[in-house]
Amino acid sequence: MKSWSLPARIGFPFLLLAIALFAVFPFYYAIVSSLKAPTELFTVSYAPSLNFSNYASVFAEQPFGRNILNSVVVAVVVVALSLGLGVTAAFALGRVQFRGRAALLLTILGVSMFPQVAVLSGMFELIRALGIYNSLPGLVLANLILTLPFTVWVLTTFMRELPKELEEAAYVDGATPLIVVRRVFLPIMGPALVTTGLLAFIAAWNEFLFALTFTLSNEMRTVPVAIALITGGSQYELPWGNIMAASVIVTVPLIVLVLIFQRKIVSGLTAGAVKG
Amino acid sequence: MTDRSDHATASGGSELTRAKVRSALLFLAPMLVVLFLVAGWPLIRTIWFSFTDASLTNIGEYNFIGFDNFYNSEWGGLLSDPDWWRAVWNTLRFAVISVSIETVLGLIVALALNVQFPGRGWVRAAILIPWAIPTIVSAKMWSWMLHDQFGMLNDLGMRLGMLAEPVAWTASPDTAMMAVIMVDVWKTTPFMALLILAGLQMLPSDCYEAARVDGIHPVRVFFRVTLPLVYPALMVAVIFRALDALRIFDLIYVLTSNSKDTMTMSVYARQQLVDFQDVGYGSAASTMLFLIIAGLTIAYITLGKVKLGGDVR
Repeated sequence: MKSWSLPARIGFPFLLLAIALFAVFPFYYAIVSSLKAPTELFTVSYAPSLNFSNYASVFAEQPFGRNILNSVVVAVVVVALSLGLGVTAAFALGRVQFRGRAALLLTILGVSMFPQVAVLSGMFELIRALGIYNSLPGLVLANLILTLPFTVWVLTTFMRELPKELEEAAYVDGATPLIVVRRVFLPIMGPALVTTGLLAFIAAWNEFLFALTFTLSNEMRTVPVAIALITGGSQYELPWGNIMAASVIVTVPLIVLVLIFQRKIVSGLTAGAVKG
Repeated sequence: MTDRSDHATASGGSELTRAKVRSALLFLAPMLVVLFLVAGWPLIRTIWFSFTDASLTNIGEYNFIGFDNFYNSEWGGLLSDPDWWRAVWNTLRFAVISVSIETVLGLIVALALNVQFPGRGWVRAAILIPWAIPTIVSAKMWSWMLHDQFGMLNDLGMRLGMLAEPVAWTASPDTAMMAVIMVDVWKTTPFMALLILAGLQMLPSDCYEAARVDGIHPVRVFFRVTLPLVYPALMVAVIFRALDALRIFDLIYVLTSNSKDTMTMSVYARQQLVDFQDVGYGSAASTMLFLIIAGLTIAYITLGKVKLGGDVR
């Protein structure tokens, strides 16, 4: 920065300000709108008036508490299953040399880039056949297609960064691969599991297409579908105050999590993508 | 593949190596079974349905009708449906424009964040916020800001004298796609910026020292040194974003619903499948979408010579 010319030195803070403002303003405006009385909504202002009536009516007018619970249950179960299946698979893919491994990794990467719509009718049939249509297990099953390949891929990149010497000593002592995974790798995989789990949680929490298609009743909906389908008394006027309140409720925990785990998330995202 | 365990494999395979490979396959099995159940099987079934006249009300009963969903002489089929081709065009237009803007803005943000300055952590935290917000929520937030009567964007534009009258951003055919692209850019530029930033931080500092000592203009340094060096990371980020953009559904579904001006392939396929209950025809559209994305990916990876980490250290 010291070697910069004068205009660059003056302009740079403004660029940073513009970036930060552009990133933060829409969410700030949602918070402001959510805190207005319903009648105040129709005049634009940028300071909150701390009226919490929208927050009360979100929970009163639809089973929003139930929707939040649904989202939490689905996301937690999906994360647990993905991590459980992913850790052993990542060990096999990251630490053991066998034929067809590269092809398998590419397939897994390919599945994580799948358009969801491409499996929609097949998934619908499967969920109907298993009798889990309009239920949380159905959503868990469908969400695995988003989180499982991603989890395996990121955990594999973490696994293969670890030094070879780690497991060699254990093998010399006569440990089996399963013991090596449990005793050697699992204890030091903690941070990687947290990062991957968090990213998978966000993916499952935000999932919309499956949740929209595979649920019918208000009580089974997850949060994104509930918010998308909030309607008011009349067909033409949406209750924007309620929608903004619901949006803020489901976003604040995510933002807090993301800010706490900032560094880990960035490293997880890069592990998932940048492998040039 | 240069692997440190290679010599073990090469030396005929010890008992331990064989045991490791055996348990590796055992470890993989549960994951592969689940992955086949949730991805492979539904994909196969969807492709199969595209050759049938299945309907959503009774998905178990259908007839095999060959390629009729794709093309037939009676009612045309997918390939002669102008709405489908419009959806293809919308998707490509959306993907190309939004990913281009995101790449340029992402580069600018990444370059700015690569500079040491007080409060850098705060700016980085700020740009993570759009990324953390669920897509549906950001679509709703922006619908409210873009609202034709009470939206702040119209209010601001008119106060600043940039707009003569309120604009129906998401409803008018002229601005609907623009609005969708704007929201997508807001939501995903942070992802792009963070990936590029990670690439920038891996660059060696000595070439910059050399360039600085030689007094080369910063713009020249950017195009001659930074850009070529960060290119691989940039390309991977672009692929990831482009694949995401090509399958976009939720943002458009919430922001402009089933409007023809912004309808993408995913929205079209779901409308046929769910709203019109036509599983056969909808599956044909899904299959086409799958083929188009697969084809573009293969073409891009081959032409761009991008390595997607198939090798394991």
